[in-house]
Amino acid sequence: MKKQTMLLVALLGLSLILAACAGQTAPADTSSDSGAVAAEDAPITLTYLVDDGETDQLLAHAFADGYMELHPNVTIEVENRPGGGDGDNVVKTRLATGDMTDVFFYNAGSLLQALQPANTLVDLTDEPYMDTVDDAFKQTVAQDGKIYGVPSQSAMGGGILYNKKIYADLGLSIPTTWEEFAANNEIIKEAGIAPVIASYGDTWTSQLFVLADYYNVQAADPNFAEEYTANQAKYATTPAALAGFAHIQEGYDKGWYQQDYATTTYEQGMGLLANGEGAHYPMLSFALPTIATNFPDKIDDIGFFAQPGASADENGATIWMLSANYIPLTTTGDKLAVAKDFLAYTVSSAAIELLNERVPPSGPYLIKGAELPADVLPAVQDIAAYIESGDSAPALEFLSPVKGPNLEHLCVAVGTGQMTAEEAAAAYDEDVKKQAQQLGLEGW
Amino acid sequence: MATSARPRVIMKAYPNWFYLPAAIVFGLFFLIPTVMAFYYSLTRWTLFDATFIGFQNYITFLNDPSLKSGLINTIIYAVMTSGLKVIISLPLAMLLTSNIRFKDFYRSITFFPVLVSTVAVGITFSMLMQPSTGLINNVLGAIGLPQPDWLGNPDLALYSVALVDVWKGLGIATVIFMAGILSIPQEYFEAARLEGGTWVKFRYIIIPLARNATFTVILLSFIGGLRTFDLIWTMTRGGPGFASDVLTSVIYKQYQAGFYGLSTAGNVVLFILVTIIVYPLMSYFNRKELEL
Repeated sequence: MKKQTMLLVALLGLSLILAACAGQTAPADTSSDSGAVAAEDAPITLTYLVDDGETDQLLAHAFADGYMELHPNVTIEVENRPGGGDGDNVVKTRLATGDMTDVFFYNAGSLLQALQPANTLVDLTDEPYMDTVDDAFKQTVAQDGKIYGVPSQSAMGGGILYNKKIYADLGLSIPTTWEEFAANNEIIKEAGIAPVIASYGDTWTSQLFVLADYYNVQAADPNFAEEYTANQAKYATTPAALAGFAHIQEGYDKGWYQQDYATTTYEQGMGLLANGEGAHYPMLSFALPTIATNFPDKIDDIGFFAQPGASADENGATIWMLSANYIPLTTTGDKLAVAKDFLAYTVSSAAIELLNERVPPSGPYLIKGAELPADVLPAVQDIAAYIESGDSAPALEFLSPVKGPNLEHLCVAVGTGQMTAEEAAAAYDEDVKKQAQQLGLEGW
Repeated sequence: MATSARPRVIMKAYPNWFYLPAAIVFGLFFLIPTVMAFYYSLTRWTLFDATFIGFQNYITFLNDPSLKSGLINTIIYAVMTSGLKVIISLPLAMLLTSNIRFKDFYRSITFFPVLVSTVAVGITFSMLMQPSTGLINNVLGAIGLPQPDWLGNPDLALYSVALVDVWKGLGIATVIFMAGILSIPQEYFEAARLEGGTWVKFRYIIIPLARNATFTVILLSFIGGLRTFDLIWTMTRGGPGFASDVLTSVIYKQYQAGFYGLSTAGNVVLFILVTIIVYPLMSYFNRKELEL
């Protein structure tokens, strides 16, 4: 009896140790078994990690369905992850532990740099379709001259989404300076409508006045991005950059935000705009497809204008680059070949056609030959007009890897009157220092 | 024990092997990670590689402006939740151990919130505390009381979350108190009945004789308050701004931002802090218990 118990205990201990070891070797196993040569159309399953945002989900499933129809032997399983900082951690952790899906969707620009693409991602520089991809986009998914990402999504404008009906009713015209914008807001407020929608229940939405002001920052100070990356220019000491924070404070001081804005969510914010309860919503244009889905009869009332700056002569839109699909280094053999073929499909004209049908684009695709559909949303036409006339600039996060994690909380603190613009800008300058050090940039 | 032959045989029959399963689990999942955490807190860690940077993380962490408000909020939260839990649950426990009708029913109701997951409680209460559509403000409005923005007002948010924490943790505190009260010999209560009413019973019997239970409740809820995270994160995410940030949410946000070394250093600081605050408290309570 006692001997049996001892044996049992020893066995238990052994199995625990084995279990621990198995946990470590599992990822290596999955990557090696695909090394075996398989027939051309042997069944194969690709996994594809995408964030759970509505538009991104539509997009991923459109790609997956389209590809599976052309290649019946391939099954693409779309996996979900949360968006925002939690999602960043999921991606980083899975990459670091070799547990990433075969293909995944992620941001370009500063967030991509934090993944150390040279050590974790498959180099796609020599893929044949890269010639059709916009050069400005390639910059945002490259490290040391190698390209790691294939554009997915469409580009976005960051600025002010506005309700055209309110503008027509009150006889307002689109502001080209901040002063005109402020004057419009007072008229709207007198009409009993909230001039500006804030949705601090989803903190990320608070940053738009700062981030979408970048066109105006670079118009006033063309070297800002470079000096900022090199730890020479600061938000607190550059008047044009400080203006973004000041705009948030002005909104609080003048009571522009709607009732209960501190707990309003992004979803509710879109509803307020569509229903005409708020006139302006500082937002990225990727909200448009969602508004189109939720309020199909109201979407034509929504327009876009660039965030106004100091001067009417230099009025232009800040543009967010598309996110991209990537292949991690852990995808090998047949799966790698299929994954590459899948990404080639995503930029083909067949895929773009399918997208136009299923996911209303929020801006241009940045792929040569990929046309926007004729019935594109009116606000997207507004954005496209800025891009076509050359009055646009990429957002700072695509020009500099330095972006502090606390910006959204600082913006909320300013917007709820807990901090002044100057305090928040100074605190943000401290905040980005951590990010720059983490990335090992020079001069920090 | 060692003088007798038979016990020695028994002692050999239960050898140190019996520690093995627990030792493996504890070592693998607790000891090794703890030691590793101390190492990683001294590095700039990106998950892909770690660069040794000495105490730089600790300097950065302790200089973080949100740390100070986070620290103050943590203390307010811990003191408020543990204090309210004692004040509310002691009379409640008295009521539930007295001779009232439907006693079991009331006991169940008091304990139910403990069984619900914290995240579910957080989401539910964020809805209830919605300023214009939430049930709480609708009721307040119907009887003509002011309708505060519970979670959106920076001056209120922390206290609103603390109140929900009290609601959720009340069950455990009450059960501990009930056990304490029920372990008091009946003779004391009989004597109290001769001496006077409920007040005498409460002041001179229950408070002194259920002191161990009081200490347990204070200690448990105080430690819980210092380490609180899930409820705050689901209800306010430390916001609006930094208004309800506590130590754990400051650390979590650094982890979320990818500053893995920095947030590990933050956890080490939290560990030391909890030890510094709780250890003297615990030894004080232990001394008091011995005096009983």
